[in-house]
Amino acid sequence: MSGRVEARAAGESSFGVRAREAMLGYAYLVPAFVVFAVFFFYPLGKLIQLSLFDTRGVFANQRQEFVGFSQWADVLGGEEFRSSVWITIQYVLYTVPAGIILGVLLAQLAHRKMRGIKFFQTVFASTVASSVAVASVIFFALVNPEVGYFRNISWLSWLNTQNPDTALMAVSVSSIWQNLGLTFIIVLAAMQSIPEELTEAATLDGYGPVRRFFKVTLPLLGPTLLFVMVVLVIFAFQAFGQIDILTQGGPQGRTQTLVYRIFTIQFDDVNTAAVMAIGLFALTVVVTLAQFSMLERRVTYGD
Amino acid sequence: MATEAEQVHAPGKGRLRAVNVVFYLVMTVVSFVVLFPVWMTIVRALSDPLAYLRQGLPPYPVGAQWGVFRDAWTEGSLGRSFLVSVSVTLVITVAQLLTSVLAAYSFAFLRYPLKKLLFALTVATLLLPIEVTLVVNTRTIRSWDWLNSIQGLSAPFLATAFGIFLIRQSFLGVPGDLRDAAALDGYSHWRFMWRVAVPVCRPTVASFALIALLGAWGQYTWPRLAVTRTDWEPLQTRLASLAVQNIDKSNIGFAGALIAAVPIVILLIVFQRQLIRGLTAGAVKG
Repeated sequence: MSGRVEARAAGESSFGVRAREAMLGYAYLVPAFVVFAVFFFYPLGKLIQLSLFDTRGVFANQRQEFVGFSQWADVLGGEEFRSSVWITIQYVLYTVPAGIILGVLLAQLAHRKMRGIKFFQTVFASTVASSVAVASVIFFALVNPEVGYFRNISWLSWLNTQNPDTALMAVSVSSIWQNLGLTFIIVLAAMQSIPEELTEAATLDGYGPVRRFFKVTLPLLGPTLLFVMVVLVIFAFQAFGQIDILTQGGPQGRTQTLVYRIFTIQFDDVNTAAVMAIGLFALTVVVTLAQFSMLERRVTYGD
Repeated sequence: MATEAEQVHAPGKGRLRAVNVVFYLVMTVVSFVVLFPVWMTIVRALSDPLAYLRQGLPPYPVGAQWGVFRDAWTEGSLGRSFLVSVSVTLVITVAQLLTSVLAAYSFAFLRYPLKKLLFALTVATLLLPIEVTLVVNTRTIRSWDWLNSIQGLSAPFLATAFGIFLIRQSFLGVPGDLRDAAALDGYSHWRFMWRVAVPVCRPTVASFALIALLGAWGQYTWPRLAVTRTDWEPLQTRLASLAVQNIDKSNIGFAGALIAAVPIVILLIVFQRQLIRGLTAGAVKG
């Protein structure tokens, strides 16, 4: 690829130079956009198409009946979709606040200068090395109702068939543990970037450790905690491996999050799966945009 | 919760030492709680599965068999899965680096019509998680006959808006003087990109590479759909099915979980700084 770098003060350049720069600009985008086109933009269009047609039936490829938005209404208003959305929201509520609180507690514990503190920081951060599958297999050994270590400890054996409502909690614990290292690392980095003079000044003003934490540290962590929240909410929305490994959606469908339901349903009924995927997309967009607008506002106020 | 400032005020050494002892005690207990799940995994990996069950699932190994790691490699075909995972991870990481650097350079340094729109489209892909497109992407891969292949496992992840965005931000901070100097020397854009821009932004590029690698290595959802044959399963799905499905082979699955985690732990300890930079990108303003 030719095309020379121009100095900042190059001023008016000729049409030929500008055209060549534009060609280069597009050319550099091609690799990424091929991937985006095939695996992001095309699927979105295809999903909309699938969601408006009925391709079920014996000769799936021959029979494509246009059913329009009635299919959206049927699926999005249906019991399956609504219960999955509710379970997904529950999952967010179980994993996100607890994950943030534990991460902040660990970071506050480990944010000090003492002999050997690096060792403890590494231990607390270590769960970042576990993937979804690793964390889930690890917790399978703990929470499984037949072969899990906690199977006989009644207040910890959440994953049992007698009480299906607590199954989602068992799955949540696995996620909280898996993401703890990430939250810890991010929060600790933010704490370390708080100028020491601020906490020292608060101490001189007679602030005790608790008051100092709530009045000085926590407000300064605001933007970071919002960021962590965004990340954890997105993780929770996308949760799949934990459920696939620990519960397969059971007991009695109580852990059928939206993603898991889409996954299982697509083999039998791709049209319903497509409508649900669009529902998931809409939810993701709404939640992400809401959180980012919150993030923007907070950050500007913070300055 | 004592900080240094408080310790300065603490009267006498005796109290300071007491505070320290309590502090180390607390830290040790917390570390124990955080690592207990890992210990139980080691226990399950080393124990003979059936003997362990008969003993009533104690918190220590029963009839420790160190050969489990060798068995995992051959018998559980984790060796092959490991190779599949390494290949896919390498392909994805290298491809993401290349596509991200190129697109980021285009967005940061070149002028052309519709740039804003194209950038907005790029960022918009962040709103579209793989979970939404799963249904269609599986059909695409199947129609290309790419199920059960390295290319099928990697294809949807060869580019990411996250990397483009991150590296573009970093490129925008490349001093203008460097650009002027490059112009004076008659550098082409290609040469400027690889000889100046990327080296100047090496910390960001390295952090991104690490994050890309972690993400690719840990993938679970996509392989569950893109692979239908055991011999093409990457480590993550393979170890999960071994640990969960067959109780008398479960020790091999737990060993697999350790095999999958240990390289990452080592990587994280070696590249701690890059990792923290990568993970906190976006969390700290700018």
